[in-house]
Amino acid sequence: MEISCHKISSGSASGPALVSKESISFLGTVDPDTGKVVDPQHQLCGEDIGGKVLIFPGGKGSTVGSYVIYQLKKRGVAPAAMINIRSEPIVAVGAIISAIPLVDGVSEEILATKDGTIVTVDANRELIRIEEP
Amino acid sequence: MHLSREEEQAYQGDLGDTLRRAMEILVALGDIYGADRLIPVASVQVAGVSFKTIGEAGLEWISDLRGKVVVPTVLNPAGMDLRRWQDMKIDEKFANKQLEIVDAYSSLGISPDCTCTPYQIRPDAVRRGDHLAWSESSAVSFANSVIGAKTNREGGPSALAAALVGKTPRYGYHLEENRVPTHKISVETDLESSDYGVLGYIVGREVGEGVPRFSFRRRPQVDELKALGAAMAASGSVALYYFEEDAPQAQKGAEEISVSAKDIQQVREENAPDEEVDIVALGCPHCSPKELEDIARLLEGKRVEREFWICTARGVAERCPNLVKKIEASGAKVFCDTCMVVSPASDRHQKMMVNSGKALAYIPGLCKIKAAYGSTEDCVKAATRRD
Repeated sequence: MEISCHKISSGSASGPALVSKESISFLGTVDPDTGKVVDPQHQLCGEDIGGKVLIFPGGKGSTVGSYVIYQLKKRGVAPAAMINIRSEPIVAVGAIISAIPLVDGVSEEILATKDGTIVTVDANRELIRIEEP
Repeated sequence: MHLSREEEQAYQGDLGDTLRRAMEILVALGDIYGADRLIPVASVQVAGVSFKTIGEAGLEWISDLRGKVVVPTVLNPAGMDLRRWQDMKIDEKFANKQLEIVDAYSSLGISPDCTCTPYQIRPDAVRRGDHLAWSESSAVSFANSVIGAKTNREGGPSALAAALVGKTPRYGYHLEENRVPTHKISVETDLESSDYGVLGYIVGREVGEGVPRFSFRRRPQVDELKALGAAMAASGSVALYYFEEDAPQAQKGAEEISVSAKDIQQVREENAPDEEVDIVALGCPHCSPKELEDIARLLEGKRVEREFWICTARGVAERCPNLVKKIEASGAKVFCDTCMVVSPASDRHQKMMVNSGKALAYIPGLCKIKAAYGSTEDCVKAATRRD
């Protein structure tokens, strides 16, 4: 299945989906050295975001979150790509400075994607491809 | 968002990776906030300088950047005086990281002036009507409200992107329709200088992101406006206010708020100093030459009995060497490039007395110490009082 979307940060990447119905504050929620979600209050607590196509409504919290995304990338534990319903500046800036493909402008149905489904984000062509199970 | 041919080339990466990433930041923010195009900026002030704030994550990003800024660009305050950090008892590890951050910014062509008051060191660099991409909340407020320039409150990366491209997306406070007053504030008492910080502290909490239009009994002085705007940007997120009689009229249905002498007295009483005060710090925002002069006069012939910091821009201190000498003769310390809010040196104290509504709002949360408020005179008294 192919879905059209809006490019925020260029590039193209694939990986298994990891879906959060909650928005994410990268500062404090994700360990910048391991890519593990460490906030016990968060739906994804205990999950590794490294290499995943992280699908979530959008970001929130401290602007330092942008730099945390960059640290994840340098440690090799960043998401392969990200999909938002609507991007806000913290995640948008974080993805861009980290060269992680990021798109938004998709309907909330994307949040029903099953974890582990292989998803390709082609930000340059503004396309998301979801493999059939 | 519409891009010119040259902007489009930069966005597609034809002019290198740094410019591509900078353009992506500007376009992403422009799309998020509904900008129609990019506009040139006269100058940039970049946030994200104190190692205490941005940590390893931020340092890594800045160190990896390659490129040169194309408009005059300065920095926000750092976590320490870049030369006298040992006098602040900053540990060497932090100092090295902090110097690395400033060096990394300098190698991008950014001037290593670390101040929240760029308009005090380069008054010619910003004029009425200029579009800017400034970051620090009190500088943004001063530029919009007192100078009559136009700037949003930028984050670190978006300010840097604006400096590399020389442009910013046209939205928010760049547009006249977003500069209309949303609240009418009537101040029903005569104010002393030190009341402006309290007034800002009160009004910021009330109006949040609004655009207040003040009516005063007398026209405030520049340093008073600096204190007022800084406090409103800290207790709320006010980026623009009006204080002149001929300012634009407030929008229909604007909320009216009156502030009385009693309201101001109440904040003062709640934050009155006591014996626990073990440090006094002035210069939030950074002291003007006039404020240094007042402090020097108040300190004449006195000895300070506890830690007393006066924070200013290096450019201001260099312009007033005799005032700095006079102040330091009392045992007080004039620190440049930094302030009590962003320096970890504040954290080892118990209770800090300030004359700033902004510092009063931030010190408890950011430094995890208590804060007390008083006029400059009261602060000098507290610093020189013998137990």
